[in-house]
Amino acid sequence: MTGTSPACSQAQIDDEIASLALDSTAGEDRDPAGLRGATRLDYAPYRSTVLRHPTKALHPADPEGLEMWSPVFSHRDVAAVESDLTIHPQGEPIGERIRVTGRVLDGDGRPVRGQLVEVWQANAGGRYIHQRDQHPAPLDPHFTGMGRCLTDEAGHYSFTTIKPGPYPWRNHLNAWRPAHIHFSLFGTEFVQRIVTQMYFPGDPLLPLDPIYQGIADRGDRDRLVASYAHDLSEPEFLMGYRWDIVLTGAHRTPAEET
Amino acid sequence: MTQPTTQSGSGLVPTVGQTVGPFFHDALPWPGDRHLVAPGDAGAVRLAGRVLDGEGAPVPDALVELWQAGADGRPATAPGSLRRDGHTFTGFGRCATDEEGWWSFTTLPPVTPRGGAVAYVSLAVFARGLLDRLLTRAYLPGTPVDGTSGDGVLDGVAADRRATLVMAADDPGYRFDVRLQGEGETVFLCWPRDPRAGGR
Ligand SMILES: [Fe+2]
Repeated sequence: MTGTSPACSQAQIDDEIASLALDSTAGEDRDPAGLRGATRLDYAPYRSTVLRHPTKALHPADPEGLEMWSPVFSHRDVAAVESDLTIHPQGEPIGERIRVTGRVLDGDGRPVRGQLVEVWQANAGGRYIHQRDQHPAPLDPHFTGMGRCLTDEAGHYSFTTIKPGPYPWRNHLNAWRPAHIHFSLFGTEFVQRIVTQMYFPGDPLLPLDPIYQGIADRGDRDRLVASYAHDLSEPEFLMGYRWDIVLTGAHRTPAEET
Repeated sequence: MTQPTTQSGSGLVPTVGQTVGPFFHDALPWPGDRHLVAPGDAGAVRLAGRVLDGEGAPVPDALVELWQAGADGRPATAPGSLRRDGHTFTGFGRCATDEEGWWSFTTLPPVTPRGGAVAYVSLAVFARGLLDRLLTRAYLPGTPVDGTSGDGVLDGVAADRRATLVMAADDPGYRFDVRLQGEGETVFLCWPRDPRAGGR
């Protein structure tokens, strides 16, 4: 997938990650470079970023214009069954059945209602159905690893799926991505558009992963990790995980009409 | 650790973005994703361009989203982008880049959004190797880049970079290249309540 430079070791990547970490001895309040609250784009431990990150600061725009509105989706766009990734006409997928649920909120804690949530992920063996995934783990004929839903009136989303496996990639020698589910979300304003990844608690690969570690602030990183939620687990059926998503603050008040 | 955390003064701390990665093609595109209007429609235009990296090489695993106002200048409010009915304009489209970094939409000619001064569309850009999404605007060909357009965003950009936000005429439509880095780097935007406004 990448690998333009000679493959380096995990130890070298670890050193790079450590050298770019926010200075933990400086205390929680110090963030001189303004790294908190965002993922760094210029982050060489993830090699493919080198030629793909802007070098200029983002240009601050006034809160007006088209970006203060968002595309609208409805049940015309998304069928209810699309939120269950374990349904397949020919049989059941292999792996640990899980449910991932949570709320989508805006920066003021208001639920984001009726908005589109899209997910995609590897199967239990860490393999995507994508034709360019060359990981020699088996494809699961009963699992495509993609789903969609709309948030409900309280901002809840819910997916029933299979716990994805970690998978190798070619960022460096012996590089493995921690298990994750890709999420794509819309808010009420296009400026709230986000694509991110949800991780699983206690994954030993998290400290080693240059994509996850591209997030400078520990709190920002922790908030991408779901919680195991025993109250969501169902007897002899599935394990529950809870993960809430907060979009950036909205600029327009909900009552404002177009 | 996953409960929303309060940020003093300004509400909750937003969830941060992560790269779209290389494996989105089976999940995010859908049939008709790039056709906001049917290709044969009278008045349909093509809005296309390439995503290029810091060496000018095409980015073949990027995804571009288009968000534009309806013909009346109002933001589109009709659902149905994912199941297009052939006549409702939803204002939203999505297109994965091809091997040469090209993306292309079939859409209505961009208009001036209500309350605005000039015509433009909004674009979101995602890619493997791009750790978070970028937003930019594409203004109609001929939009003044001398600071007199009347558009606060365009006029506020450094004079030598404004042209990166203006489409070129390219019959039957428009061309807009997204340069992620380097010579002619596209101006990418952020808004007041976005923590991305900080350095990084
Ligand atoms: Fe992935």
